[in-house]
Amino acid sequence: MAGEFPIVFDPVTYENRRRQPEEFAEIARMIRRDIIKSLVLAGSGHSGGPLGTADIFAVLYFGGYMRYNPSDWWTPRDRFVLSAGHICPVLYATLANAGAFPKEELRTLRKYNSRLQGHPGRDMGLPGVETSTGSLGQGISIAVGMAMADKLLDKNGYRVFTLTGDGELQEGSVWEAAMAAANFKLDNFCWIIDNNDCQIDGRVHEVMSIYPLEDKCRAFGFDVITVNGHDYAELCYAFDRFISNSEQQIGKPTAIIAKTLMGKGVSFMEDRYEWHGKPPNWEQARIALQELGENIPDPVSIT
Amino acid sequence: MSETFQLRGSKPTRQGFGEGLVVLGERYDNVVVLGGDITSSVMTSLFKERFPDRFFSIGVAEQNATTIAVGLALSGKIPFFASYGAFCALRNADQLRISVCYNEVNVKIGGGHAGISVGPDGATHQVLEEIAYLRTLPHMTLIVPCDYLETKKATIAMGEMVGPAYIRFGRAAIPFFTRDDTPFEIGKAQVFREGNDVALIACGAMVWEALQAAERLAKRGIQARVINVSTIKPFDVQTVVDAARECGAIVTAEEHQVHAGLGGAVAEVVAKNYPVPIEFVGVKDSFGGSGEPEELMEKFGLTWKEIYAAALVAMERRDRGFIGYRTVKEVPRYEESHIDANAHPVL
Repeated sequence: MAGEFPIVFDPVTYENRRRQPEEFAEIARMIRRDIIKSLVLAGSGHSGGPLGTADIFAVLYFGGYMRYNPSDWWTPRDRFVLSAGHICPVLYATLANAGAFPKEELRTLRKYNSRLQGHPGRDMGLPGVETSTGSLGQGISIAVGMAMADKLLDKNGYRVFTLTGDGELQEGSVWEAAMAAANFKLDNFCWIIDNNDCQIDGRVHEVMSIYPLEDKCRAFGFDVITVNGHDYAELCYAFDRFISNSEQQIGKPTAIIAKTLMGKGVSFMEDRYEWHGKPPNWEQARIALQELGENIPDPVSIT
Repeated sequence: MSETFQLRGSKPTRQGFGEGLVVLGERYDNVVVLGGDITSSVMTSLFKERFPDRFFSIGVAEQNATTIAVGLALSGKIPFFASYGAFCALRNADQLRISVCYNEVNVKIGGGHAGISVGPDGATHQVLEEIAYLRTLPHMTLIVPCDYLETKKATIAMGEMVGPAYIRFGRAAIPFFTRDDTPFEIGKAQVFREGNDVALIACGAMVWEALQAAERLAKRGIQARVINVSTIKPFDVQTVVDAARECGAIVTAEEHQVHAGLGGAVAEVVAKNYPVPIEFVGVKDSFGGSGEPEELMEKFGLTWKEIYAAALVAMERRDRGFIGYRTVKEVPRYEESHIDANAHPVL
């Protein structure tokens, strides 16, 4: 790839992608429907985290913050690393809707030979999956390495986003990565924390408290922005601030703490940690899809 | 190929690693090195002095350094991370498995201070288990060079190959005997001495010991074949199967637990392809301890004497009809009377 740089992104193209809240809401609903459909067809997988982060993904990928070419993914682009690999149904649904691969492929989630592995596998070559993740606390370090490569060596001006869960922050290596991001002054690095306070065993603050989170991130040297992870204006504000931090080279990485509800958008899943690691059955999926604005009579009719 | 090796001196393998990195740095702009606070110990300091802009200090954080290396590799760099094997093969075992090997990225790990010859630092720092772990990782290349010069060649070769690789080297000065024209190739075991009576299959510092044992055996009229398995993974099956077929008895020798390391690899290959008696020289299910390298090598049974005795056992088992070790009534031992003890070079 060397030689094609520095990357020239047309700013107008990306600024034109700033959308009205209603547009983001519609995109997020579409992503959520695809999450439910792929999970019910898979018969296993995580529901809560993907639904809870759909709004973040809608803004990040459809708001012009991530720069990419969906028809030829591996060209110069910004990087997104899903450190919380288990919530990959939301990444797959987002990428498919962004045009990285055909939407029909979402039906193959977790199936034999599918490019949509149960946790992201780089070996499958799915456009948009930058790296394999699934063992918590590693993706963020990989993202730091990517940010270092550009900030300290190549200087092509690409941005690196990573999303971790909040239970994931119990992994000590996350903080090793955070320390390094600040140490190397990676202002091209954006760490999104999906803070729904839910993990498999219960509430994060009960299983092993990670709080006070904002103070921790600030003490580690980040510019910290806490937002409602379902409020499009607040999410846009946070990402705009990161872009500005990056462009002005403030010498600090950015952390966005997104307060979310696990299972957001489906009434019976919302804020219930029981939905961390299981898929809906068909009846539950039917109701969920109905709530998300689509009536489907039976699983065979899922498109 | 076979040649007679002469002792050329004594040098630590880590020096070969450090010098190899500098050569790579000169050849390739995208070679970068990550430090784990012990840069002078593992001699990445040589690269750091020469190419300060391509050296990044990550601190005492081996898990992070390993995964940062993955991010760098995914951005087109050739990152090397070096620390002590105890920390950069096992502390970060999960990172190596998922982020390096499953990702199949171009990350290179230098694992120093391997084996008992670390010396005074004691058991915590004497890693004796990492070959066992690393050789089970898909996509991994695992190199255990036998002396300073082979370490330098191997370091350069691993930088020039594509994919995850790990090189194991030590702290202490050990015999240096290979030459510029001694063949080295990743994935190829080299026959360092011809012979058809018994095969001595070794890696790392034990290769020189195997050559010494072969010299002593020759004085009894036993011609031992000495094989340097510098690459444990991918494993050179053909060379080992040829040795099994042509010698009929094998001794493995490694500065590692006898379980699941080089000996384990040889046993797997021989059991499947051409079963012959095998004796294993290595650390026998124990941790190391403090002491001078040479006294520790004696204490833990990692010298040519153990290889010599094991060769006699392996041949006895073969000659009496492929019998098991427990049915050997009198286990042959190394006997001073057979040997001119002064013939062993002072190390």
